[in-house]
Amino acid sequence: MSALFRTAPALRAGLRASAAKPIAAMASTTFVRGKATLPDLAYDYGALEPYINGTIMELHHSKHHQTYVNGLNSAVEAIEEAKAKNDLATAAAQAPLLNFHGGGHINHTLFWENLAPNGKGGGGEPEGKLLTAINEDFGSFDALKKQTNAALAGIQGSGWAWLVKDKTSGTLGVVTRLNQDPVTGNLEPLLGIDAWEHAYYLQYQNRKAEYFSAIWEVVNWGTVAKRFEK
Amino acid sequence: MSVGTYSLPALPYAYDALEPSISAQIMELHHSKHHQTYVTNLNNAIKTYASAVSSNDIAGQIALQAAIKFNGGGHINHSLFWENLSPASSPDADPSSAPLLIAEINKVWGSLDGFKAAFTKTLLGLQGSGWGWLVKDAQGLRIVSTKDQDPIVGGEVPIFGVDMWEHAYYLQYLNGKAAYVENIWKVINWKTAETRFQGGAADAFKVLKASI
Repeated sequence: MSALFRTAPALRAGLRASAAKPIAAMASTTFVRGKATLPDLAYDYGALEPYINGTIMELHHSKHHQTYVNGLNSAVEAIEEAKAKNDLATAAAQAPLLNFHGGGHINHTLFWENLAPNGKGGGGEPEGKLLTAINEDFGSFDALKKQTNAALAGIQGSGWAWLVKDKTSGTLGVVTRLNQDPVTGNLEPLLGIDAWEHAYYLQYQNRKAEYFSAIWEVVNWGTVAKRFEK
Repeated sequence: MSVGTYSLPALPYAYDALEPSISAQIMELHHSKHHQTYVTNLNNAIKTYASAVSSNDIAGQIALQAAIKFNGGGHINHSLFWENLSPASSPDADPSSAPLLIAEINKVWGSLDGFKAAFTKTLLGLQGSGWGWLVKDAQGLRIVSTKDQDPIVGGEVPIFGVDMWEHAYYLQYLNGKAAYVENIWKVINWKTAETRFQGGAADAFKVLKASI
């Protein structure tokens, strides 16, 4: 894990106290009779243009996210079958798939909700208590953006950057996660930015810094504030 | 301490030479932008490393290790990758140009198709960015996967590698990575693979030494 925190001691204290939440406890993910399902987007595929184009959004949601949903359901099913046969070794062997696909489902679900069309909930600046906390913990909104973009650019491979809140201290920080590892334990994910190449390649190709600076135009600060105040 | 500067090796074929398996647009971006970025960042990292060595700054040296591994790995992996691909029309793309390697593959996996199935499974099972490699070590042939740009530098001989980063296929295949893997078999350079199979690890890295 790589973490960029202004108050590292508080984070370390938080991590010591960490306890992973079961996936089913995530409030924002959707399950039907125990099965994960692809959530609808709250906006059209083309609604985030020109910052993220409609083709990317359609593939990202209807293909990539759907694959994580399917993979999660397969992993859970395999664990239940193994459990029924008291075959704990086979159940345990599903752990990487459960983490990868479960993380992919959780991460994308949070991501869609923390984006919105520019001018219709997306872009602009955070307000109120969230802005106060950002100013306290990062110095300014610009400093948060800079720190997040540096974290995104530093990911070696596929992964995510998150604005998180330490549940114990309430402190904000920016962390990165590899591949589809979800944010768990004592950290509350507030805002996620997908740095997998499939999130931007069709529009930005190798110019990922342009994607990282454009995405702020479609961040849904209302969603981020709600998660912060929860 | 003086250090060499790495440079982007020229491709042994044109950007469009691997079509239709890999489009010219992908090849051009992959070589002239992605590979170039690894080379540039590797050179920056080793230059900074050299000054950290000369000023006895061990903390500074350790802090640069991840950047050297990532960018150096990116340079190594892509240099090996370009050489182990070939236009489909070339006799080099025919497995019959690797008789010794194919005989060994048949021993380990039963048949070339059995090997391809096992290699494909490894490639499609990667979680995130990474590579699949056929390698030779003291025990014989093995299929391994590596994450991100981790290079094969543990003494094994890399026979050939397949890049599973999304930038290697996304513009053409989108989320259909199974089709990319299916089509890449048509452009594997079996002649290069045979040469690497008969040589040692140092031989496989000759192309890199030539690009300093």
